[in-house]
Amino acid sequence: MDNLIPVLVAAPLLGAALLLCGGRRLDRVGHLLGTFLAFASFGVGLALFFSMLGRTADQRPIHDHLFTWIPVNGFQAEVGFQLDQLSMTFVLLITGVGSLIHLYSIGYMAHDEKRRRFFGFLNLFLAAMLLLVLADNYLLLYVGWEGVGLASYLLIGFWQHKPSAATAAKKAFLVNRVGDVGLSVAVMLMFTTFGTFAFTPVFADAPRATQATLTGIGLMLLLAACGKSAQVPLQSWLGDAMEGPTPVSALIHAATMVTAGVYLITRSSAIFNLAPTAQLATVVVGAVTLLFGAIVGCAKDDIKKALAGSTMSQIGYMVLAAGLGPIGYVFAIMHLVTHGFFKAGLFLGAGSVMHGMNDEVDMRKYGGLAKYMKWTTATFGLGYLAIIGVPPFSGFYTKDKIIEAAFGHGGTEGWILGTCAVVGAAVTAFYMSRVMLMTFFGEKRWAEDANGNPPHPHESPKVMVIPMVLLAFGSVAGGFLFNWNNSFVNWLSPVTGHTEGNPPLNPTVIQIVTGVVLVLGVAVAWVMYGRKPVPATPPLGSLLTRAARRDLLQDDINHVVLVSGGSHLTRFLVYLEGKGLDGLVNGIAALIGGTSGRVRKVQNGYVRSYALSMFGGALVLAVTTLLMRAVA
Amino acid sequence: MNPVNYLYLAALLFTIGAVGVLVRRNAIVLFMCVELMLNACNLALVTFSRLHGNLDGQIIAFFTMVVAAAEVVVGLAIIVSVFRTRHSASVDDTNLMKL
Repeated sequence: MDNLIPVLVAAPLLGAALLLCGGRRLDRVGHLLGTFLAFASFGVGLALFFSMLGRTADQRPIHDHLFTWIPVNGFQAEVGFQLDQLSMTFVLLITGVGSLIHLYSIGYMAHDEKRRRFFGFLNLFLAAMLLLVLADNYLLLYVGWEGVGLASYLLIGFWQHKPSAATAAKKAFLVNRVGDVGLSVAVMLMFTTFGTFAFTPVFADAPRATQATLTGIGLMLLLAACGKSAQVPLQSWLGDAMEGPTPVSALIHAATMVTAGVYLITRSSAIFNLAPTAQLATVVVGAVTLLFGAIVGCAKDDIKKALAGSTMSQIGYMVLAAGLGPIGYVFAIMHLVTHGFFKAGLFLGAGSVMHGMNDEVDMRKYGGLAKYMKWTTATFGLGYLAIIGVPPFSGFYTKDKIIEAAFGHGGTEGWILGTCAVVGAAVTAFYMSRVMLMTFFGEKRWAEDANGNPPHPHESPKVMVIPMVLLAFGSVAGGFLFNWNNSFVNWLSPVTGHTEGNPPLNPTVIQIVTGVVLVLGVAVAWVMYGRKPVPATPPLGSLLTRAARRDLLQDDINHVVLVSGGSHLTRFLVYLEGKGLDGLVNGIAALIGGTSGRVRKVQNGYVRSYALSMFGGALVLAVTTLLMRAVA
Repeated sequence: MNPVNYLYLAALLFTIGAVGVLVRRNAIVLFMCVELMLNACNLALVTFSRLHGNLDGQIIAFFTMVVAAAEVVVGLAIIVSVFRTRHSASVDDTNLMKL
């Protein structure tokens, strides 16, 4: 039973191999095969989960050593899987939500001629992500990490005939490389410090390492997490990644990819707990990102980009919670799971809307769709209620816990972080209400597409609706189930550890404040987008709005600081090289060449001229001799 | 007669020879000027021999004459050969030995 762990990874990997190498023969069944293998992996995950539930907490983690990958004297790279409560949570999320997205894609990609390849890439994505969360050492985790980067590149650029998609894929890959460098440096630091990559010995030895080393490893892991999880300052790829097909966005934002950073931090809790500086950096990154993403989400008219801003913000919450230490790890993962449900549901809903609206993404050209897409509206609405945190939907339980934990951090820091989290909750309520109102309510603002066809909004086929409904169940009930008898905390705390925070305010007060700002956010959105008609062309807006439409100038900042800075630096170096090094070398050559050219003229072939030289020389010798005599 | 006058004569002859080498173009004349310089040297050597009262200078003068005779043989042969190929005895015409 427990030696089924490799099957979890092998099933989708087999799917990827078959679909990508199988050729046209598999065109007709490829999507079914890919979906079946994803579900098979989910089934194995469920079986392992129930087997794990049957054991006591200290018996739950299981270990499966497969083989030694690189056996070298003094360097052993092992391939082994570790399935504990944390990995199990991720396995169920990845395979569960991932399978539903596979199912949805059958409908969404029905008319795409590259459908087989798409499902191959999806399977590859699942396999890489599962390898990442199941690895029992950092080197194998790194393999999964890079696999996720590759799969995301392939999927974001899936419609590579569009230059924007190809560019977005490259951007995602390059920005992720920056984070990957962080992870590789962290792994190397670990190896030099502890002599191994495996989780168990590294975490056991962590207290013996110096503070500086731990801080260095922590910061490098944080950099890696920033890259994969789209946290400030490596957030710029996430918005452009919307160029991929919508199921890919759902997969990246809910089940795979962006959750990897949170997993990495939580998995490395033993290191972060001993490195307060790295923890401080983590909470700062989380707090900044949760506000950054929320502000960007407020200004975007593209429904997918608004949701992307929202993901950034929600992952910011998780990173914030993970940076708080043992009071936050469990809540970070809990929010990650419920976020996986409602964000996947929201993205699939957005895809369903686009499906019915000729692939239009501009919310200003939606409006009044509730009447035409009842299922989509209902499931999207439940996801909406969950993400803004209306009780008793799942976001209420999980986000509220993070806000409480932020206050519970204590001191001024706790107040600042808590306030950020509360403000973020208010902004979340605003921008999600805005998406909801602009898309499904109000008057119709539909526009013809590029070919002049007016949209005929219709409900999507069942194969797309069913996953949305199932995800909506998760959005509704997830938080409640996780908090029943503290079940999630009890489940995960043996791995991550858990201590209760000590908030300066009564949790009830925090809940009431959060509730009030939530209502405020919704009310402002209603006043701006519900009560009066939404203009079809965006108004100019305030300075902040205009900046937020440009993703708070993230690309401009990257351009000025990194691109221009880099090109100026290279130009300076080229100049220096040309004028300095080349100048020196060429100067010496020219000097010698010029001198010899002039000296050469002495050799003119005229005997009389040579004779003159001889006479001159003899004269000089004679005069010198005489002078020497006179002096002596 | 004061032997120093011979030295003046030798210097004068040497100067005439040297200037001749430098300014004349005809190879034969050049050659004669070289001979003139050699003989000016011989005169100086003999004079010094006389002044110092030993025979060293005279012996060296004999050597010089022998070398000069050999040189004349080789030199005239070259000049004749050059004249045959280039139909000119001007030293400025033979200027191929250059870069």
